[in-house]
Amino acid sequence: MLAHPGTGPGGPRVRLGHPRLSAEPRLAAVTSSVKLAGLAELAERTEEGHAGGLCPAPADLFELTRPEASLRRLLHGLPGVDQVGAEGRAASLATRSIKAASKLWAIDTAISMLDLTTLEGADTPAKVTSLCGKARRPDPSDPSVPAVAAVCIYPDLVPAAKVALAGSPVKTAAVATAFPSGRASLAVKLADVADAVSAGAEEVDMVIDRGAFLSGHYAKVLDEVQAVREASRQACLKVILETGELSTYDNVRRASWLAMIGGADFIKTSTGKVSPASTLPVALVMLEAARDFTEATGRAVGVKVAGGIRTTKDAIKYLVVVNEVAGEEWLDPSRFRIGASGLLNDLLMQRSKQRTGVYAGSEDWSIE
Amino acid sequence: MAEGRLGVRKTYKLYIGGAFPRSESGRSYEVKGAGGEFLANVALGSRKDLRDAVVAARKAQPAWAKATAYLRGQVLYRAAEMMEGRRGQLALAVAAAEGVGSGDAASGVDTAVDRMVWYAGWSDKLAQVAGGTNPVAGPYFNFSIPEPTGVVGILAPESSSLVGLVSVLAPVIVSGNAAVVVASEARPTPAVELAEVLATSDLPGGVVNILTGRTAELAPVLAAHRDVEALDLAGAPEALEVDLEVAAAGNVKRVLRRRKPEPDWAAQPGPERMLHFLETKTVWHPMGL
Repeated sequence: MLAHPGTGPGGPRVRLGHPRLSAEPRLAAVTSSVKLAGLAELAERTEEGHAGGLCPAPADLFELTRPEASLRRLLHGLPGVDQVGAEGRAASLATRSIKAASKLWAIDTAISMLDLTTLEGADTPAKVTSLCGKARRPDPSDPSVPAVAAVCIYPDLVPAAKVALAGSPVKTAAVATAFPSGRASLAVKLADVADAVSAGAEEVDMVIDRGAFLSGHYAKVLDEVQAVREASRQACLKVILETGELSTYDNVRRASWLAMIGGADFIKTSTGKVSPASTLPVALVMLEAARDFTEATGRAVGVKVAGGIRTTKDAIKYLVVVNEVAGEEWLDPSRFRIGASGLLNDLLMQRSKQRTGVYAGSEDWSIE
Repeated sequence: MAEGRLGVRKTYKLYIGGAFPRSESGRSYEVKGAGGEFLANVALGSRKDLRDAVVAARKAQPAWAKATAYLRGQVLYRAAEMMEGRRGQLALAVAAAEGVGSGDAASGVDTAVDRMVWYAGWSDKLAQVAGGTNPVAGPYFNFSIPEPTGVVGILAPESSSLVGLVSVLAPVIVSGNAAVVVASEARPTPAVELAEVLATSDLPGGVVNILTGRTAELAPVLAAHRDVEALDLAGAPEALEVDLEVAAAGNVKRVLRRRKPEPDWAAQPGPERMLHFLETKTVWHPMGL
């Protein structure tokens, strides 16, 4: 578990979710708790005798859904997403005005939730080393800026990152399983994961096989997630759904459940290589799924948004959605992450504007 | 106006990044003509509009600086052509804003057009005047070349709404700088007309950004902004001048002070304003021994 964010010497903390900001009726059509029709039915039929009835342990859930037909029934039994409602709610949450004190808290929180990312073919160990320096101490002139949550890189650069991050709370996250396309055999994907984990990666970002998912081979996707879950051992597993390729919100909800049943610690929107990447309504649907799954099983699952989040304004919109949809427990790096690279500089710029009242220059911070 | 026809009244907006947005604050203010009569409602720019303008200028500046001097000259000349085509409209705006007769207003527009052409001609001659080779005691070929300073904040002259504006704007952009202009507070309408000219002049969006509003509200933010490299105080209110210079020192901006008394903007200028917003790069190039 990472340190709680926003503990800088700034006096009392103002929570983003204070009553005036949060008091808003939930739209029943969008956010009503998933009834888990298929799941309940399955639990009853198999008569496992859980005291909670609706709350089988995660391992049981995996077993329950083993036959493809059951899995399909569960996923298609999830209530459909009201597209207009989801988009409307995301848009209305995005208009919320955040006042100065809350904004400072939100900026520090967003920094502590960052997965500082570089996923370029041109990455070098030196570039990763300098990125790690920035991750540990985002603003060298201001020690009150929290460190980011993790550095997200390709597996072969993990050793360089481990050296640069030694002794810091910043985690090393590696993208594995033939990132970003995921087009490789399972053996190759598992070798990729094993490679990253043995090099010391504490978090693994895997991609699902979108081709299999879209053609309805849910069991194949589930098996892969489960296999990667085992191969990544103790590492935190983030499962990338690549929502830009899933076409519908219903698919996003199904893929989210699939990943969580398979053992994901986080479900992640995108690789950042496909457009559209992360959008607010998609994040909303995934947060609902994570919330419902956590309620149903007791195992907390986080959400990571990645791709296209470049400004502080965007980041704060996501935090508002997190607070309103999933709840305050998700406003923590152990449950919500933002994958980005350029965003950090904008957060630092806004932070300095909030503190000094002067607009910062574009060259006041290092590029990476 | 034809009998019974509804008036089509103009919305005076800001000019930021090549677009004409309203102020993000939603505010506007009433502009009165020289006789005190109502003239127009003009956008009352906020510090956030100014921030957006600086972002747009920062984004546009490198490509504008990289464009050939020849092209920059052509674009400025194109702006002069467009002004010429809109002579009547500009003259009406100037006459209403400054309260001068139509003849004086028209000759003012002519001066502004000629000023634009004059500065356009300077684009490929600046380097010869501001740069050159330097004699050095060593086996080096040593030469200096002028480069644009970057993003320049301009407080446009308060009284001369068009000639004054062109006289401070053209020398800044001709060398490859991008400009964020705070237009005359009391006479902003000709500046908005000029923005419409610039928007149709092949000038890349963001090279010139024109804000209307309260000078006393916008100027301190502009002076303190760390992404602005130089400041032209031509139209600065006297009471603010010192504060603005102090704020500008935060990131060591180049500051061009207000002339006292206010210069005759219609008079033929020298190259000083252009030269003030240049940086000199000197290169030592080893020669074979």
